[in-house]
Amino acid sequence: MRGQVLAIGLVIVAGIAIYVMSLSTLDSLTLTRQTYYRDYRFADIFVGLKRAPLSLKERLQTIPGVERLRTRVVAAANLMVPGFNEPISGHLISSPLSGTASLNSLYLRQGRLVDSDRDDEVVVNEVFAKAHAFILGDTITATIYGRRKTLRIVGIALSPEFVYQLQPGSLFPDFKRYGILWMGRKALANAYDMDGAFNDLLIKLVKGARPEEVIERLDRMLEPYGGLGAYGRKEQVSHRFLSEEFRQLEQMATIYPTIFLGVAAFLLQVVISRLITTEREQIAILKAFGYYDRAIAFHYFKLVLMIVGVGVGTGLVAGFWLGRNMSELYMDYYRFPFLLYTLHPRIVVLAVGVSLAAAGFGTGGALWRVVKLAPAVAMRPEPPASYRQSWPERFGLQAFFSQPTRMIIRHLGRRPFKAVFSVIGIALACAILMVGSIFQDAIDYIVEVQFGLAQREDLTVTLVEPSAYRALLSLQRLPGVNHGEPFRSVPVRLRYRQRHYLTAITGMSEDNVLHRLLDDNLQPLAPPTAGIVLTDQLGHILKVKPGDRLTVEVLEGKRPHRQVTVAALAKEFIGVSAYMELGALNRLMREDNLISGAYLAVDESRLAGIYPALNEMPRVAGTVARRHAITSFYETMAEQMLVFTLFVIFFAGVIAFGVVYNSARITLSERARELASLRILGFRRLEIAYILLGELAILTLVAIPLGFLLGYGLCAYIIYYLQTDLYRIPLLVEPGTYAFAATVIIVASVLSAGLVGWRLQRLDLIAVLKTRE
Amino acid sequence: MVEAGEVVFAVTGLSKVYDMGEIQVRALSGVDLTLSAGELIVLLGPSGSGKSTLLNILGGLDHPSAGRFSYRGRDLTSATDRELTDFRRYHVGFVFQFYNLIPSLTARENVAAVTEIAKQPMTPEEALALVGLKERLDHFPAQLSGGEQQRVAIARAIAKNPAVLLCDEPTGSLDSKTGSVVLAVLERINRELGTTTILITHNAVISAMADRVIKLADGCVVGIERPPERLAARKLKW
Repeated sequence: MRGQVLAIGLVIVAGIAIYVMSLSTLDSLTLTRQTYYRDYRFADIFVGLKRAPLSLKERLQTIPGVERLRTRVVAAANLMVPGFNEPISGHLISSPLSGTASLNSLYLRQGRLVDSDRDDEVVVNEVFAKAHAFILGDTITATIYGRRKTLRIVGIALSPEFVYQLQPGSLFPDFKRYGILWMGRKALANAYDMDGAFNDLLIKLVKGARPEEVIERLDRMLEPYGGLGAYGRKEQVSHRFLSEEFRQLEQMATIYPTIFLGVAAFLLQVVISRLITTEREQIAILKAFGYYDRAIAFHYFKLVLMIVGVGVGTGLVAGFWLGRNMSELYMDYYRFPFLLYTLHPRIVVLAVGVSLAAAGFGTGGALWRVVKLAPAVAMRPEPPASYRQSWPERFGLQAFFSQPTRMIIRHLGRRPFKAVFSVIGIALACAILMVGSIFQDAIDYIVEVQFGLAQREDLTVTLVEPSAYRALLSLQRLPGVNHGEPFRSVPVRLRYRQRHYLTAITGMSEDNVLHRLLDDNLQPLAPPTAGIVLTDQLGHILKVKPGDRLTVEVLEGKRPHRQVTVAALAKEFIGVSAYMELGALNRLMREDNLISGAYLAVDESRLAGIYPALNEMPRVAGTVARRHAITSFYETMAEQMLVFTLFVIFFAGVIAFGVVYNSARITLSERARELASLRILGFRRLEIAYILLGELAILTLVAIPLGFLLGYGLCAYIIYYLQTDLYRIPLLVEPGTYAFAATVIIVASVLSAGLVGWRLQRLDLIAVLKTRE
Repeated sequence: MVEAGEVVFAVTGLSKVYDMGEIQVRALSGVDLTLSAGELIVLLGPSGSGKSTLLNILGGLDHPSAGRFSYRGRDLTSATDRELTDFRRYHVGFVFQFYNLIPSLTARENVAAVTEIAKQPMTPEEALALVGLKERLDHFPAQLSGGEQQRVAIARAIAKNPAVLLCDEPTGSLDSKTGSVVLAVLERINRELGTTTILITHNAVISAMADRVIKLADGCVVGIERPPERLAARKLKW
């Protein structure tokens, strides 16, 4: 029984480990986030605006529900780092004039905050500093509003605002090419022409205040100042990514342990039942000697307890260890200054409770049989097993089956539930393996569609403010630029009936070849000269379809409100945006032919010369090179994916092995006598092995297609659960995913079959002659 | 087919020692025997006398510790596992005390399991008719009485037309009446098909139906008797 107990134990260990790992990681990250937010005073409401006088602050303070507010100046900048010849986008934030910030304060890792009298000091965020190996005293050149400034790093810090740090409009984090910098308020205001003014506001609410009401009032009051629409924590990018991750962990903590413990319960049932069958004579003797029923039942229950106990114990330790490592791994993506790793006693209690419940559920029936067994009945051997012809045989297929094949089929048919559960168990392992690889498939697909078909530009250049069309010409004239396409981006709130959404409309040329919209079939979709195109997700959020008219509330310039017809929905996997034809957008704005930037196709070999040239252009606010972002993302991801994949293979392999091996061992124990008899009658080893392993082969082969179905369902469920405004993961199950899952299952089956087949070699032929069943 | 009178088994100085942990058990010591085709031989002896060990070695289930034995002139003393399997497969029919039928196969299929791998078998129906079970072809073992199960086992053993039939206590689990029916079947097979038959028993009554009775005690042949007249199995009572 050693092998079987080990197999069951491993399944329990896997289930408990995943449970403890995901829940402790979740608890730890939640606690860490909570503490971080509290200690570093993370704001509740965020709003950007064009420009408002500082005197407005007092009026804003009177909004009911506002406990505290902080005005800031934020600016975009192009950064240059010595030795790094690629464009870096900088997000500059003003530091308070004195002391620590009242909201969104910094966690200083090194150095100090900036001296508010100095205009050349800067604190940089930690990931950015690490990516470039900055040390205190290093310098960065920033082009702010067309003016170049050299800044000296005096501190390295983290902020609760950027736990997940993603450049707006980016797909993936890129720590090298996007930096957050904190500068002195006076210096930044000077550079950005914000003296006595602010363009960013943080608000802390009093306990119990309703954010919606505050947001509504804020929006009204900030309207004349170019307010870009206030939003709460729920919409704050970093906070949202984090919350999404938490949801995934929670999901992981439910689905997988349920599968594993379910399988463990089934395996325990099978093994304990068989054990009781083989030991029925001993049970009878003990009962005849006067042992109480419950004492004997408890004897078997102790065995169950031991298996479960060791499994849970090991699972807890493994889960704790994995949870710690997983939390650390998360720290690479989510930048917390510290990690408060906790294993809540509740998790341990639940893990033990749930495992015991599963074990009790699995073995209750078998233990009850022990109690009910009358000693006299048990003394006699069990009556010969009765068999029937299986249904394929009754349908006339019998002639095609050899006797060994009939033995296999009838044996399976005698305990249909056992066979069905075994098949389900193996199928679940197959399903888990499929889930393991869909993310890779999905990401490959997204990158392929997004960068291969939709966003094919090499560089996106953003101008400091909407500019005349001729700005495009000067970009096109840069040496190495092969092609340029203009775009205009306008912040808006879209409203349809009672629903609304803050986003931006991107205006683009009809004849764009670099940056394109795609329809459902991934065919290019030209922006129509009239009407607006929404991404499918935005259409879904606002519940609009082509032909509906929605209201566009522009949040810049003259802030017009207009009615626009939805012309089409476009396919996009990331973000939520709206598109119009450039001319149509400018007409909607009642403005001339303005552009906010351009998409450029450039000569790869001359890229290095283009960056400094762009930096020289005062109106260029930022440059994003997409390809670099993708490569760097893939590099980080590949490593993680490998770990994750190995993890999944291991756990799914444990299930497949556990089920197949147990099934084979039980069959061997039930049929050893038959098989030995056949050996005596002159059957060869392989012929005997066929009878034993044929059964496993059938179970496995039936389980794989079922596993494909279950796997597809599980993938669909998980993907559905993960759909958010931030990203939509397409449900793509590639042939390779099926092949991979099937291969792992078959290998696990062959391995366990091999182990059992090896035991066949040692079948004692002579003992069989001398014993009755 | 084996010619009458041909030597089927020749055994010289056959010994078997089992290692039972600390002690060694001598199951056979220096047995010499010659068995001829067509003979019905009863191996008689109390339990522990070595008769099953001898039968197992003759049947190719076990290797002797010393001595030699050959089957129709072919030395099998140090045959490989594969050679012994083939020997059992094509030449030997076994009948066991506990029948050892496959519970998931019907009577007909139990026989077919063997005929499917044999060289020139009879049909399962013929074999079952020979043991008087042609009416019970499609019954599963669980639906048959003990005597019927043993007859199915005999049908299975003879269906391949084996040269030798080895029966280890074939009536050991049966009452006297059913037992004599089973013995009558064995007798008929021996007479009609000329199959050399070796029958193990500790029941002296059965020796009356033999051509030769070989008595074993403590691993040694202690006597070989040739009953003056072979008694019909039906007349045996115990």
